[in-house]
Amino acid sequence: MNKILLKIDGREVEAGEGMTILEAARKVGIVIPTLCHHEKLEPYGACRICTVEAEIRGSTKLVAACLYPVEQDLIVRTRSERVDKIRRMILELLLAHAPEARQLQDLAKEYGADKDRFEKEPSFCILCGLCVRYCAEVKKKNAVGFVNRGAGREISFIPEIASKECWKCKECFPLCPTEALQAAYVFTEALVSLTSFQA
Amino acid sequence: MDSDRIDQIINKHQGQARSLIQVLLEIQSENRWLPREVLEKVSEKLEVPLSRVLRIVTFYKTFSFTPKGHYEIDVCTGTACHLRGAQRVLDTVQDLTGIKPGETDLDSKLSLETVNCLGCCGLGPVMEIGGKTHSKMSPAEIADALKKCE
Ligand code: SF4
Ligand code: FES
Repeated sequence: MNKILLKIDGREVEAGEGMTILEAARKVGIVIPTLCHHEKLEPYGACRICTVEAEIRGSTKLVAACLYPVEQDLIVRTRSERVDKIRRMILELLLAHAPEARQLQDLAKEYGADKDRFEKEPSFCILCGLCVRYCAEVKKKNAVGFVNRGAGREISFIPEIASKECWKCKECFPLCPTEALQAAYVFTEALVSLTSFQA
Repeated sequence: MDSDRIDQIINKHQGQARSLIQVLLEIQSENRWLPREVLEKVSEKLEVPLSRVLRIVTFYKTFSFTPKGHYEIDVCTGTACHLRGAQRVLDTVQDLTGIKPGETDLDSKLSLETVNCLGCCGLGPVMEIGGKTHSKMSPAEIADALKKCE
């Protein structure tokens, strides 16, 4: 595999072809926050909290570190005023949906995000897709999926499948950065026990 | 619509995940709604996870989980029609039919929806009744057109 040399926060980093900025950074212990990334899952790029500045041939752009492949002579800045401002805004928006989420609160502290900046609209789910993708890609059960669109988009367990598969798995529960997933599951369980979906 | 016809549509595309939307559209237009059991069958026969079928069905406004009326009334409320008086058209239709956007009347004859563009803004305000496009309708003309829906 070809070696690629790049610079992350001023450090020379050696990476393999096809690696993402995130992987290259993690290899040398540089931390980039992520919410929707998971090693076992295909890249997704939903949350944008991993945004970094990437400079190539003199021009700088903002990219998602979990998606962007490394390039020879790439210069990456994982913290800058611009990057921090974007992360702060993302956190403030997400906190309007899931104000109690620990992971978001911790990041908010680090980036000085104000959790009360936007009017609360607790849907609890931040649509990171970890549960949906884990169930589809790793467990291949598709017991939980997205429904509706735009502002009404949400996750939904498929009762017919969930009633057969989920009780013995629940591996997606610890992945959820908020409490949305468990709440949705409890709701589905109640629904299943009330209806004929029961297996 | 009998389940034979549904089976026919589905079987035509057996094992073809890429035909999902086509199959759903055909069933929707013939059956006027998509019952849960039908979606399960579609998922099984086309080999598409049910979660993806549901994601797509809930994404497009064309698909419906409840039976729609024989005649679908689509009132355009897009920007151009809005400026040209779509609200008056919509009010008239609501008064005449007694149903609101998203609803179907009790004898399953009429369903009302608002849409965002029917592609002929110059003719606005535009509405469609049972697939036929009408332009710049006066209240009396709307009443006439609705009476023809039998
Ligand atoms: S329920 Fe949790 S894991 Fe699933 S998409 Fe929402 S925030 Fe992500
Ligand atoms: S972690 Fe990169 S977009 Fe979510």
